[in-house]
Amino acid sequence: MNLLLKNISLPLANFTLEVNVEMQKRVTAVFGPSGAGKTSLLDLIAGLRRAQSAFIQLDENVLADTAKNYFVPTRRRGIGYVPQDLALFPHLSVRQNLLYGRNSRVATGPLFSFEHVVEVLEIQPLISRGVTELSGGEKQRVALARALLSSPRLLLLDEPLASLDAPLKEKIIPYLARVRDEFQIPMLCVTHDRFEALALADEIVVLVGGQVLQTGPVLDVFNRPASAEVAKFVGVETLHPGQIESVNEGLATVSVNRTTLTALAPPTASRDVFVCIRGEDVILQHAAAVASSVRNRLSARIVALRTEGALVRVELDAGFPLFALITRPACVELALREGGQVTALIKTPAIHLVPR
Amino acid sequence: MTSDEWQIVWFTAWVSALSTLVILPFGLALAWALARRDWPGKSIVETFVSLPLVMPPVATGLILLKLFGRRGGIGGFLHDKFNLDVIFTWRAVLLALSVMSLPLLVRAARVAFEEVNPRLEQIARTLGAGDWRVFFTITVPLAARGIVGGMLLAFARALGEFGATIMVAGSIPGKTQTISLAIFQNVQLGDDTHAYRLLGVSVVLAFAAVWCSELFLRRRKK
Repeated sequence: MNLLLKNISLPLANFTLEVNVEMQKRVTAVFGPSGAGKTSLLDLIAGLRRAQSAFIQLDENVLADTAKNYFVPTRRRGIGYVPQDLALFPHLSVRQNLLYGRNSRVATGPLFSFEHVVEVLEIQPLISRGVTELSGGEKQRVALARALLSSPRLLLLDEPLASLDAPLKEKIIPYLARVRDEFQIPMLCVTHDRFEALALADEIVVLVGGQVLQTGPVLDVFNRPASAEVAKFVGVETLHPGQIESVNEGLATVSVNRTTLTALAPPTASRDVFVCIRGEDVILQHAAAVASSVRNRLSARIVALRTEGALVRVELDAGFPLFALITRPACVELALREGGQVTALIKTPAIHLVPR
Repeated sequence: MTSDEWQIVWFTAWVSALSTLVILPFGLALAWALARRDWPGKSIVETFVSLPLVMPPVATGLILLKLFGRRGGIGGFLHDKFNLDVIFTWRAVLLALSVMSLPLLVRAARVAFEEVNPRLEQIARTLGAGDWRVFFTITVPLAARGIVGGMLLAFARALGEFGATIMVAGSIPGKTQTISLAIFQNVQLGDDTHAYRLLGVSVVLAFAAVWCSELFLRRRKK
């Protein structure tokens, strides 16, 4: 997929949405706090709103060009949209909802068979029900299937997990990942949840106050935020790919490069994960070992020390790059210096595994 | 009941029903345009549509009489081009009932359209539906309760219409006389038995209309 958004300008209540970005990966997350203009951006791409100025191109098709007063109406864009409130048609059954976009003459994308979509999203048992009788997670799947069945060439998802509680979220993420892998459909997913972005996206666009602050591969943006503002929103210090080697009594053994960590097992079966550790959850002590309840004891070399106000950000090499945030007095007391050896302790629940 | 009385009841019922059907497409289009679009002169049209609600019906009737009489703009045109006379015919009854009941339909349908979540219509569009399909498969079904409620109100208003009708259609027995006109005339002539029988019929008709609408609303709620 190649989605080009050029010279976008749309005045909103408190700021103007101004975007110049090219999205090339299969799944892009538009990441930012609430009220950053994310939904308005999706509306522009779907053609539900007109911008003051905009040039929008999806692959080789121009969808809108205000300079030439050119505008492709929504129904001809072939863009599937799952809005935050899902917008299932309450007067129609699940089956009628699913088939609503089925007969449209503008099938621009690949055609997915009804049976296949229903099977992948496990909708079969719901099909003759009314949509008002569905639970939150079921509604989510039906809305997703309805959008897929209109054979779109791009799928827009607005906060697909925001309205669900934590256990449900973890159930829906695998469905979204399946849709991504099974149907090979490009997706643009708006989110303010970094784990959601990690689990689904290849590429990320950080949108704050109507402005794009950074774009790039997910890991790059999360590990190397371009500015303090971006860092504030992405907010995880250590992020590294790893593999679950085994799961035993709810504890997962994860290998990260040459190092092995113990973490709480995620509910999904995925073997490949991202290991996320917040800097304040990493405890440093002298290399001399003392027995404690902490499962993860890593001997590490100090690569760099950087003072950030009252804190020191310690960059470690523990077989993988690991960041710790400690206070300045602690740094002085431990006599940390670049090139020195320390032991890093991380409690098991502080390691968050996100399927990738 | 005499055959004359049956004729009056039958005439009133079908011309009221016909007027409701005649204003339906126009009323829905207008209600939709008022609910969903912004256009210059919208507030003026809005006011104009509601005028028959607040003006004395006789005054509305007088305006129609002037417009549709042979010397009036529209009436003259219809007479010259199509040899069609409106005033003092059943067509005048239809005209009076339509104009008087239109505001009720438009107001009810407008509120009903406004209550339909525009997001549903937008998403229908992303699924490939054009304007007409969105209107008939999403907007109208979701606004159905309000629309049917408005139609029943309009029909009931038409059944009881008096002032505008008597101005443009007169009260010609067997031709333009509706239940209300007949009751008034019979009371004037001191023929109370006639008047009371027609009164009974209008109570039954009104009861049936309201009862139907209640039934319908309750069924839709389930």
